[in-house]
This record gives sequence, structure tokens and C-alpha cells, in this order.
Amino acid sequence: MIPGPFGYHRPASVGDAIKLLASLGEEARPLAGGHSLIPMMKLRLATPGHLVDLHGIAGLKGIHRDGNRIAIGAMTTQHELLASDEIRSSLPILQEAAALIADPQVRYRGTIGGNVANGDPGNDMPALMLTLGAAYRLEGPSGAREVMASDFYQGAYFTALEPGEILTSVTIPLPAAGHGYAYEKLKRKVGDYATAAAAVVLTMAGGKVASCAIGLTNLHETPLLAVDAANAVIGTSLDAASLKKAAAAAEAIMSPAADARGPVEYRKHVGGIMVTRALQRAAHRAK
Amino acid sequence: MNDLTPTREQRTAALEGMGCKRKRVEDIRFTQGKGNYVDDVKLPGMLHGDFVRSPHAHARVKSINTDEALKVPGVLAVITAETLKTVNLAWMPTLAGDVQMVLADGKVLFQNQEVAFVVATDRYAADDGVSKVVVDYEALPVLVDPFKSMAPDAPVLREDLAGKTTGAHGPRKHHNHIFEWSVGDKELTDAAFNKAEVTIKEMISYHRTHPSPLETCQCVCSFDKIKGELTIWGTFQAPHVIRTVVALIAKLPEQKIHVISPDIGGGFGNKVGAYPGYICAAVASIVTGKPVKWVEDRIENLTATSFARDYHMTTEIAATKDGKVTGLRVHVLADHGAFDACADPSKWPAGFFNIVTGSYDFPVAHLTVDGVYSNKAPGGVAYRCSFRVTEAAYCIERAMDILAQKLGMDPAELRLKNFIRREQFPYHSALGWEYDSGDYHTAMRKMMESTDYAALRKEQAEKREAFKRGETREVMGLGVSFFTEIVGAGPSKNCDILGIAMFDSCEIRMHPTGAGIARMGTKSQGQGHETTWAQIIASEIGIPADNIMVEEGNTDTAPYGLGTYGSRSTPVAGAAIAMAARKIKAKAQMIAAYKLEVHEDDLEWDIDGFRVKGLPEKFMSMKDICWAAYNSVPPGMEPGLEAVSYYDPPNMTYPFGAYLCVMDIDVDTGVYKVRRFYALDDCGTRINPMIIEGQVHGGLTEAFAIAMGQEIRYDDGGNVVTGSFMDFFMPTAVETPRWETDFTVTPSPHHPIGAKGVGESPNVGGVPAFSNAVNDAFSFLGSTHIQMPHDYWRNWKAAKSLGVLG
Ligand SMILES: Cc1cc2nc3c(=O)[nH]c(=O)nc-3n(C[C@H](O)[C@H](O)[C@H](O)COP(=O)(O)OP(=O)(O)OC[C@H]3O[C@@H](n4cnc5c(N)ncnc54)[C@H](O)[C@@H]3O)c2cc1C
Repeated sequence: MIPGPFGYHRPASVGDAIKLLASLGEEARPLAGGHSLIPMMKLRLATPGHLVDLHGIAGLKGIHRDGNRIAIGAMTTQHELLASDEIRSSLPILQEAAALIADPQVRYRGTIGGNVANGDPGNDMPALMLTLGAAYRLEGPSGAREVMASDFYQGAYFTALEPGEILTSVTIPLPAAGHGYAYEKLKRKVGDYATAAAAVVLTMAGGKVASCAIGLTNLHETPLLAVDAANAVIGTSLDAASLKKAAAAAEAIMSPAADARGPVEYRKHVGGIMVTRALQRAAHRAK
Repeated sequence: MNDLTPTREQRTAALEGMGCKRKRVEDIRFTQGKGNYVDDVKLPGMLHGDFVRSPHAHARVKSINTDEALKVPGVLAVITAETLKTVNLAWMPTLAGDVQMVLADGKVLFQNQEVAFVVATDRYAADDGVSKVVVDYEALPVLVDPFKSMAPDAPVLREDLAGKTTGAHGPRKHHNHIFEWSVGDKELTDAAFNKAEVTIKEMISYHRTHPSPLETCQCVCSFDKIKGELTIWGTFQAPHVIRTVVALIAKLPEQKIHVISPDIGGGFGNKVGAYPGYICAAVASIVTGKPVKWVEDRIENLTATSFARDYHMTTEIAATKDGKVTGLRVHVLADHGAFDACADPSKWPAGFFNIVTGSYDFPVAHLTVDGVYSNKAPGGVAYRCSFRVTEAAYCIERAMDILAQKLGMDPAELRLKNFIRREQFPYHSALGWEYDSGDYHTAMRKMMESTDYAALRKEQAEKREAFKRGETREVMGLGVSFFTEIVGAGPSKNCDILGIAMFDSCEIRMHPTGAGIARMGTKSQGQGHETTWAQIIASEIGIPADNIMVEEGNTDTAPYGLGTYGSRSTPVAGAAIAMAARKIKAKAQMIAAYKLEVHEDDLEWDIDGFRVKGLPEKFMSMKDICWAAYNSVPPGMEPGLEAVSYYDPPNMTYPFGAYLCVMDIDVDTGVYKVRRFYALDDCGTRINPMIIEGQVHGGLTEAFAIAMGQEIRYDDGGNVVTGSFMDFFMPTAVETPRWETDFTVTPSPHHPIGAKGVGESPNVGGVPAFSNAVNDAFSFLGSTHIQMPHDYWRNWKAAKSLGVLG
């Protein structure tokens, strides 16, 4: 439970951080809240030679509205998401999900940037980002670029981040007014990652689903967008048969790992139930 | 007398004696972060040790290369089995009569077994050193399933036992067999089954779990080369036993070993035994001449120091058609892991599992237990229970429910029909115990009335109909449990540890001003001894509890005792405390008689002093007697007011209780909700009702954890898959149900104050209540037994196998 030796750096700007990462090379890792990285280091599953702590960079914090988009600085903590009025009114699903992450101590430190950049299939924010159509701003030695969340995740702990790049902010288009949303997460206890979780954002018109996006957490080595499942409910009143179809379509793309949370078969089954329940709750909330 | 004279009630209340909800005095320091734990011990020049552990469950150790580790700055030494052999300590004796490797000697037998001990100037350097030790392993076939331990072709685990056909507890049948233990009358039991109208048979498993105290196992060893003295601060539940064990195996004179258990952050049986960390830290201190600290981390605690349970109990009951039990037959397959390091009284290889007849009047019973080796961590400790008593209670309480189901009887009714009746006490059980006292019918009826059991059954019947009609996806279960424990080990006629009788002790010294200090052979790990022990003394000798300081855990000052586990402190040390206090009181009476110029027999005790019979104004308070003890004792009497008592209990005590769990389970996800939990405990005389309630809350929370998911699980390769709090279920306040507590009082007839012990009852009675609730929820769908733990996915699996998932 003791990490190996490492060097510690605390740059004051994104530019300095990028330079440091470039000069230190493969051995260096950005450090955000540390609540994914440090446990791995304590187990010596991660042994970075250098940590580049992003806490000294003021520009990486904060939540801004920019027209019909919300930009969230990478170093914004989960606690800050929960405390933000802007998020409460524009992106309430982020608060619903953040409140289901770990416990207050973790949320005081854990950041949205770390959560989405980490690439752990157990993280909750990535599926939400897919559901909401978010984009990530990545800055590195060869400049800045924007990558859609849906193009970012390549495998467990493999993402589109190039060596030396930092994720500086997350940009989320505002969901339609009157949208319904829900994040359903089954976990064994407070502080546990999801056995299965589903995010739903939808709009209703005349009692029928007009638009719908469904994201899945911890049911595959990457977060998933369940497109067929969403299509199965669009145009329906979420009757039992359509819900069943949606759950089946979602289950068809799941391939969770068997672990102490349960065998594959169980995790897929409850994954389907999370989709059903999230759809029902979201529809109930839609105006 | 004027108005300011306190009333009798006020005088009694001022003592804060037995029956008072006195606030825990130790909490003043614990709640302010001022406890003093082993890790708070920091000595000048102190070194730190850490283990290289095996990634394999079974492998030959071909070589250990320490060269690179010794180059790490700060690393001073790497100890291996070869080093330990030079002082004859590569292996150590276990409490169960087996031997255990201190460090891997030629092979490893479980994952995370200790292979080498790195000693360094700080904890960081020690861990860096650990990462640089290169061990060459050759993997061997792994044995995880105890049911395969005694297969003819099972791998040989313990090569050191080759050719040994007899172990500490008799003949061994197979190279992986440890012992067979058999109790009861086989012929009479077989006969009862042959003519039984109804029988049930079920293999009831109690899975492997772990006590996981908040503070892990740890020690600081400091050897003084000049004086030749070894001081050990450790998380020991039984410090005196540790001192004797160290004297025997390290061949040091016992007076030169000082064992100190400072504040302990929970034990639950995990801190009874001796671990390689203690031996290695001691050897490292002797070798380096510096103090050496060893502190386990959570993963090491869960995977290497003593586990609990792993009992597989094939249980049969014979009964009449109308539900009277006529016989009990149990065979246990006990998985002890790689070494038999079970912590039981030495003559009891399966502890007191023969309490398995429970609260019922079984005319005959027969029990056999086979202990086997496997490639898992050693242990088998009493996790918040007396030795193997939780296993026994779970076995019989589950089996009674299965019988009730077969007979179509209500589980509560079946129990009422078979209880040992009040007038049968002292009761001799078919498996050899003498139950001291009980009133089971009253307790059970009180539970049924308080919870409105009949109404709950009615609601359940309606919910089941609704479920069948497809109106709900929830099933409701009522878990009834009525347990009888056996605690207070124990009488010297049948209980010893390594030849030392399991008495306990108390020494009381009263000071001139009416205050005193009391020391015991027990050691609190959170039970609140500093509070309750003083209350016993307060009631016995009339000195306020606040004026009695209680001290435990230092073997130089405390009288010899066998420590705290198995709910033995109140039954054994509690009795010693009362007896020592009574010696004080007897001397005090002589002093009072002398001072009041009357004959001793003319005095009567009155709350906090002695009064001359018939002359109420002639009174001498205990406080004044204390003063007199130091200046004006009767001629010929020695001054001072001290007493010691070593108490050898005549019998065990038998606490009991009636529990009910009401649970709802969503069949689609397996998610359960504990709607209600009612626990009625009878622990005899109640010393401090608030502490009892606290103990019941804690024990129920552990029972809840164990029954509903807490498990040490191995994969087929012998890898622990639940080795951290991420996967090892440790409920938080959010998951923990609300507890309703209640009580009846049936004092122990042989205990000086009638107390029985309560700390472990809720774990013993709680586990079957939860498990019976889950089983009861599914029983109407046709299941008879679902194995623990009942976590979400297993509940779902049960529902699925019963065909209710559409
Ligand atoms: C007990 C516990 C329970 C938890 N439960 C959950 C849960 O249920 N759901 C959940 O989603 N999370 C959970 N977490 C994880 C928590 O939310 C983490 O805080 C989060 O995953 C990572 O954020 P961080 O800021 O702590 O990142 P860090 O741990 O500092 O970093 C994580 C990884 O991302 C990289 N990184 C961080 N920031 C950037 C950046 N801006 N640009 C590029 N790379 C970056 C780091 O180099 C590292 O590889 C839990 C954590 C704990 C300790």
C-alpha cells in the first residue's frame, strides 16, 4: 500500500504542463484528484516516474455557459458539479450521476477531467458524456484539438489521448428544454462502482418519445451508446413491448466482465433493467 | 438527618454501578483522536518491516535473491526462512497443535503467504525493498475446494507431514486430512433416523469470511541487548498467552518478556493467534538491536491473517409427523487452509460446535467433523462468536426452517414445540453440554408479540398471492432465529490453551482516599471494559465507578489471564472481578467492625458502607474504611486493602435470544431491503444496558454483512478475488438496517453476578435470521435451501433457477 518512488511537479499553466510532460516523456502522468491514480500507485499497478499535478493551473477550473453549450474545466471536482446552480438547471443528469459516485470525500477531490480521461469502464461520467454528445478539448505539444466523447474511448484504459496531451475541458451541448433524464445505477454499496448503469436523455411529444439517447456504464470495456435501444423506443409510448425491445437491444451490445459484482449473465440482465428503469423515469420527468 | 442527606436512590445512582447506562469512559479519548494504538508507538531509531508475499497459491520456492533489495537505500536486512533456521524459528507452533511456516520454507501454500521480511529505516524503503526481492517459483497444482481435499489424487500440500498418520487430535485418514472429531451416540442416533416419520437432509455451507477489524494486526518489538529483555507492543487479544508462547518458542526467560496491548481497534478473533509478522519483527529487533515495527495493510489482513468459518455442514433431522424432533445427525467438512491455526481451546479441534443441538430438546444426536488442508490462508477463528458457535447456530437454525417447510409448519411454532422447557434446566444436551439456565418460550413469545408476527405472516401470504398474480415483483421473507450460545471458556476441567487453564483474573487495590485501581487478565478491543468492570466493582463495594481506574493489557502489571474473545470476559473475568471485590468487602467489614466497636456479624451492608444492625446512625462508608485501612486496622491485621482473584468457572454460560428479520427482495435484480430487524437478547444480569445495546448493534451489523455478502472468495487458481474493501462487503451506515433491541433477563445460576456475556450473541443469532429471511422469501416458489452469502446476484440466480424471471 505504499507507492514506489516518483518525482512531483506542479506547473502553473497548461503550457508549462505540456512542456513538462514532453520533457519527462513516457514516465510522466498528469495528476488530477488522484482518486483513481493514487490507489493504482499504492498497489504498484501504476508506477509513474513523475506526476505532473494540475492543481496549480487556475485556468482548468470552472463551469461556463457559452451560448447553447456548457464548458466545464477539467479540474472541476465532482463536488463542484453538485454545488453548481448552472449544472442544476441545465444538466441535472450530471448531478444525479455525480451524487452516485463514491462518497463525499472522493467527490471533494475527484475531477470531471480525471473521471473522463481515466478510461476505466467503471467510471460513470464517460457514458453520460456519450449520451449528452459531449466533446473533449485536448491540448498537447502539437496544439489543441477537439474530440467527440463518442470517438474518445478505445478500450479499457485506452483513449484517444496522445502521449503528452492534457484534457483541458469538456463541452456539452444543452439538452432540449423540457427533456427528461435519468441515471440508474445498481451498486452493492456506497463507494462501489456500478454493477450496471444506464443514462437516458429523451424528449417526449404527444405522449410519445420524440428523441432519445442511452448510455451504458461498466457493461463493456468502454462506455457504450446504445443506439438500437434508443431507436427501439423512439415513436413509442414506452409500452411494455417497446421497453422489452430496448432492453434486449441494449443487452445485445453489452459484454461486461465477470467479477465479484456477479457473472456476465447477471450484469447484462440488470443492465437491461437499468435501461428500462432509466427510460421510465426519464419519460416521467419530461415535460 | 437533614434534608441534604442523600436518599438511598441517590446513593445508589451516585455509584453508577450495575444496571446503570453509564457512558463509556474510554470514549473520551477515542472520540478526540487521543487513543494510543500500536501504530502510535514511535521509538527512537525504530525500523520498519514489510513482507514479500507469494503471488501463487501453491508453488515450490526455487530461489530467493535479495541482492537488489539490499541495494535500496534504507534497506538493512532481508530475512528469509534460511535466516530464521539459524535461530530455529522458520516454523512456529499453532494454537491448534499444528506447525506453521513463519517464512516460506521450500514452498508456499497460499496466496500472499509470507516469503521474506524486509527491514528498513522507514516504511517506504521497506516497500521499495520488497519490490526488489526476486523469488523464483515453480507453480504446483492448486487445491481450493475442500470437497476435493481428500480425493486420492489430491495434491500433497503439507510435505512436512509426510508419513505422519497421527495429528494433534488423533488419526489422519489422508495426506490432506487434519483430524476427525466425533461426539454423541452414533447407534442411538442411527436408530432414531431408521424409525423416523419425517427426515430432512441438507448440505448447509457457512462460507469463508474474515473478522476485518478496523485496525489491522501489528506490533512493535524492541529487544534490549544489555538487559536481555524483549518488549512487544501488539494488537493482542490475549497478551499473557503471547508472552508465554514467545517464552516457549524464543527460549527467553518469561520475566524478561514484556507484552503490552495498548488500545485496540477491534479484534473479533483476528488478534488471538500468533502471526509471522510478530516473529519476524522480534527476530529483526534481536538481530539489529533496534525496535522494529510491523503493520499489516488491509489487503494483507484480509488475505493472510486469520479468516473465519469455511464450514460445510451436512445436516439431518429426524422428527415425528407432528413436528417433534427425535434426532440430529451432522457431518462437517472444515476447511482450515494451509496450516491448522484455528484458535480454539486446545482439546477442541472444532471448538464448541457440539452446541449444534441449539435450543431444542433432541433426545439423541451425533456429530462428526473432518478438518482438511487446502491452499488457502490459515485460521478458522471465532469471528465475533465463541468457538465455532456461529457455525453451529446457523446450521441448526437453518435446518429447523427446512424441517418446518417440509412439515408445512410455521417456523416459530416448530421451535416453540421443541424448545428445552424452563423446568428442564440445568439441561444436559445429547452432545454433552450442561445448559445453565433459560426461558426460551417466554423470549420467543415476547418476540412474536412485539413484532406482531401473526400479522406479518398474513401480509406475507397476501404478497405471495399478489406475486403469483403478477402484481408485484417483490417477495417477502420472515427470518426467525432462536439461538443458544455457549460462552465463557472455560472450566479448567475441559478448557485450556497450550496447557494453561482458561481461568481469568482480577486484582483490585484500594487507595486511602476511597479510590482504586483494578487490573484484569482480559483486554478490551472496543467492548468497553474500562466502563463496565468499574461498574461491577462499584456495586460490589460501594465506591463510585468513576473512582475506579481499570487497566488491562500490560503483562508486567496485570494478573495472568487468558484474554478477551469468545464472549468470555464477563463470564470469567467478570466473575473474578466480583470475587476480588468481595474479598475487599470482607476485609472492609472487619475494619468497620473494629472502628464501630461491634462484632462483624452485627454489621449489614448498605449500598456504600456498613451499618450496625438496629442502629442506623452507626454507619461507616467504604470511603472511610479505605482511609482506615491505611492507619487503623484491627490488631494483627495487615494494613492495606487489596485483593486478587483467579476465577475458574464451574460451567460455561448459555446466553440466548429470539430474532426476527423482515426482508423484501426484488426478484429481477436480487436487490433486498431489510424492512425490520428485531433482536431480543437474554444475557442474564445486565451490567450496562447501553453498552449491551451498542454491542448488539455492532454484532448485528457484522451479521448482516456476513449473511448478505461479506466473503473471502478464491478463484480456481487460489487467487483471492475479494481482497479489499472494494469487494469484501463492509457495510456503511447507508446500507446498515435499523435495529430494534429488546431483552429478557434469566440470570446464570452459577455466576457470581448472574451475567452471561452478550458481545457475540448478535452475530451468532443474526446470521441465521438474515439467511432464513432470504430462504423464507423464496420458499413458496419451491426452494429449500439457498447458500450464503445472499448478495444481489446470488438472489437473482436463486430467482432465476426457480423460474420466475419470465
Ligand atoms: C472508493 C472510490 C470509489 C469510487 N467510485 C467511483 C464510481 O462509482 N464512479 C466513478 O466514476 N468513479 C469512482 N471513483 C473514481 C473517482 O471518481 C476518481 O476521482 C475519478 O475516476 C478520477 O478523477 P481524478 O480527478 O481523481 O483523477 P486522477 O486519479 O488524478 O487521474 C486518473 C487518470 O486520469 C489521468 N488524468 C487526470 N486528469 C487528466 C487530464 N486533465 N488530462 C489527461 N489525463 C488526466 C491521470 O493521469 C490518471 O491516469 C471512485 C474512487 C474511489 C477512491
